[in-house]
Amino acid sequence: MKRVAIAAFAAIIMGNGAYADTIKIGVVGPFSGPFALQGKNFKAGIDAYMAMHGTTIGDDTVEIIYRDLPAADPAQSKALAQELVVKEKVQYLAGFYFTPDAMAVTPILKQANVPLVVMNAATSAIVTKSPLVVRTSFTTWQTSTPIAKVAHDAGVAKVISIVSDYGPGVDAENAFKAGFEKEGGAVIEAIRMPLSTNDFSPIMQRIKDSGAQGVFAFLPSGPTTLGFVKAYNDNGLKAAGIKFFAPGDLTQESDLPALGDAALGIQTTFHYAVSHDSPENKAFVEAASKAIGNPAELSFPSVGAFDGMNVIYKMIEATGGEQDAQKAVDAVKGLSWISPRGPVSIDPESRHITQNIYLREVTKANGGSYYNKEIQTFENQGDPGLAAVK
Amino acid sequence: MQTVFSIAIDAFAYGMVLFIISIGLSVTMGLMRVVNLAHGAFAMIGGYIASYAAQDLGLGYAAAVLLAVFGTVIISIPIERLLYRRIYGEPELTQVLMTIGITFCIIGIANYVFGPTLKTIPLPPALQGSADLGFRSIAVHRLFAIVCGLAVAGGLWYAIERTAFGVKLRASVDNASMAAALGVRTEIIYAVSFAVAVGLAAFGGVLGAELLPVEPYYALRYMVTFLVVVSVGGAGSIPGALLACLLLGGIDTTGRYLMPEFGEFFFYLAVIAIICIFPRGLAGRAR
Repeated sequence: MKRVAIAAFAAIIMGNGAYADTIKIGVVGPFSGPFALQGKNFKAGIDAYMAMHGTTIGDDTVEIIYRDLPAADPAQSKALAQELVVKEKVQYLAGFYFTPDAMAVTPILKQANVPLVVMNAATSAIVTKSPLVVRTSFTTWQTSTPIAKVAHDAGVAKVISIVSDYGPGVDAENAFKAGFEKEGGAVIEAIRMPLSTNDFSPIMQRIKDSGAQGVFAFLPSGPTTLGFVKAYNDNGLKAAGIKFFAPGDLTQESDLPALGDAALGIQTTFHYAVSHDSPENKAFVEAASKAIGNPAELSFPSVGAFDGMNVIYKMIEATGGEQDAQKAVDAVKGLSWISPRGPVSIDPESRHITQNIYLREVTKANGGSYYNKEIQTFENQGDPGLAAVK
Repeated sequence: MQTVFSIAIDAFAYGMVLFIISIGLSVTMGLMRVVNLAHGAFAMIGGYIASYAAQDLGLGYAAAVLLAVFGTVIISIPIERLLYRRIYGEPELTQVLMTIGITFCIIGIANYVFGPTLKTIPLPPALQGSADLGFRSIAVHRLFAIVCGLAVAGGLWYAIERTAFGVKLRASVDNASMAAALGVRTEIIYAVSFAVAVGLAAFGGVLGAELLPVEPYYALRYMVTFLVVVSVGGAGSIPGALLACLLLGGIDTTGRYLMPEFGEFFFYLAVIAIICIFPRGLAGRAR
């Protein structure tokens, strides 16, 4: 009898290895402050994924630990990531809205044995900083290159480029220039304006004086976008027939109600529109709207987070819940699936997402609301930015 | 020549919008000697009220503007009675700490009540579109802002320099206890001036919404610009604030037109130069 009891006890102890574990995922993003809306979208995408696919993988339970980083702050980003790895013992790091924040974390990944899944930060170079980085969002190069072809196809030969003077703005300018010159067009002037510009009237006058047939613009989504698009209308550029080209950051869904009629007819290229017509997207929008509370706040970071979770779940399946960063990353190289934004895959070479880029036009729906209507698809676009920075 | 006119008209319009928003701050800082960092927050409240009145209640633009100004003043009355009254005459640091605290509270409340998205105030048809000036076109609401700015400047100057209330206000500011001894009820004078300053902030928040869109971080995002205008103009001086707005608007606009890459540089260079030559601002009075 005693022997049986000891055997049973031993069995329990030995069997412990196969027992259910909790796998922690640390998510860093702006959950408060001026960019809280984007952090909210991260959370909505993650919640939607977990609501649809459950919180357990095999015997393991997935737990998300959020850390708030209100504005771009590389030092704080690194500190938060270290704290997540050392104290919370997370097996995966994810999120990151701003490029410098993601860059700051890459040096610790190898030693921590933790993969990083970037859910937004859109500068091409991040994936080159460590072999343990996978990105499920987009790059500014990826979304800005196709619009050059659109501009050329619209019969525009001379374009003036206006961007905000910061990393992604410069990326957008270079991407458009490279793409447009390849098509045979000319960028006659490239202006970089300070991020804090409020009054765009002088810029609009400059566009008029330049004699360009079209303008390519990139500004961070939010208050400045509104001022820029309004100035474009108010100063008579739209009426003068000067065409407006931009990547989709300028017409993100949560800004559309504020832009209103001023944005009607603006064409942008981007990887995701909330209005994308597919059963996968319908299911996603329903789950994510429930998670975020107010469907009007749903925007592109949510889909980056949703697909990021898909990648992490695949990593956990492949490693059986063991902590092995290299094995986890190798397992998702070449992985392809149907995302709410359409068919996507992880490029084995760059570990960046290959996806369709859509040309959309801001349109008024029957109910009086505004949405990005997809009118053309550029299939399987990789990241042209990597070739440019090498 | 056309370019010069073009820049001049843009600079004038931008300067007047700056003036309407900043003049309330000039009144609180110069006449009441309160460093009110919550000024932007009051402008933001005005913007939110106008946006809510026009979009959700379906009121007209004029009604929305009036509701915004009086609504913001009503909200500010308990804040003045309970909080601001304690910091009149206190050291600047105390005032800065308290008003920045109020600002953060208002940001949090705005974010919770209205959400983090941008809010707009729909313009009436008469103010939409653009007007042809012969050599170029300009948005009609800019012209409206210019007219409003001039009206505010004239009205305030008259109230402070030419009315009995203005005399009492200036007396209370210069020597509160002496004014009280002569029968001026300083508490009421202060309360009324505070209400006027807040009302002007709200009015500016609504009028300027086309340029500076309303969202929760409005309260802090543009505060530096407002403070720069007040310190360059000289706190409390209406002609000074007007001059500062036109000057800074002109420099900013010209810089942005000719060399957008250095836009900020010229703006702050001008600020440094002016403050070096006039430490109390263009029209600041020596204490």
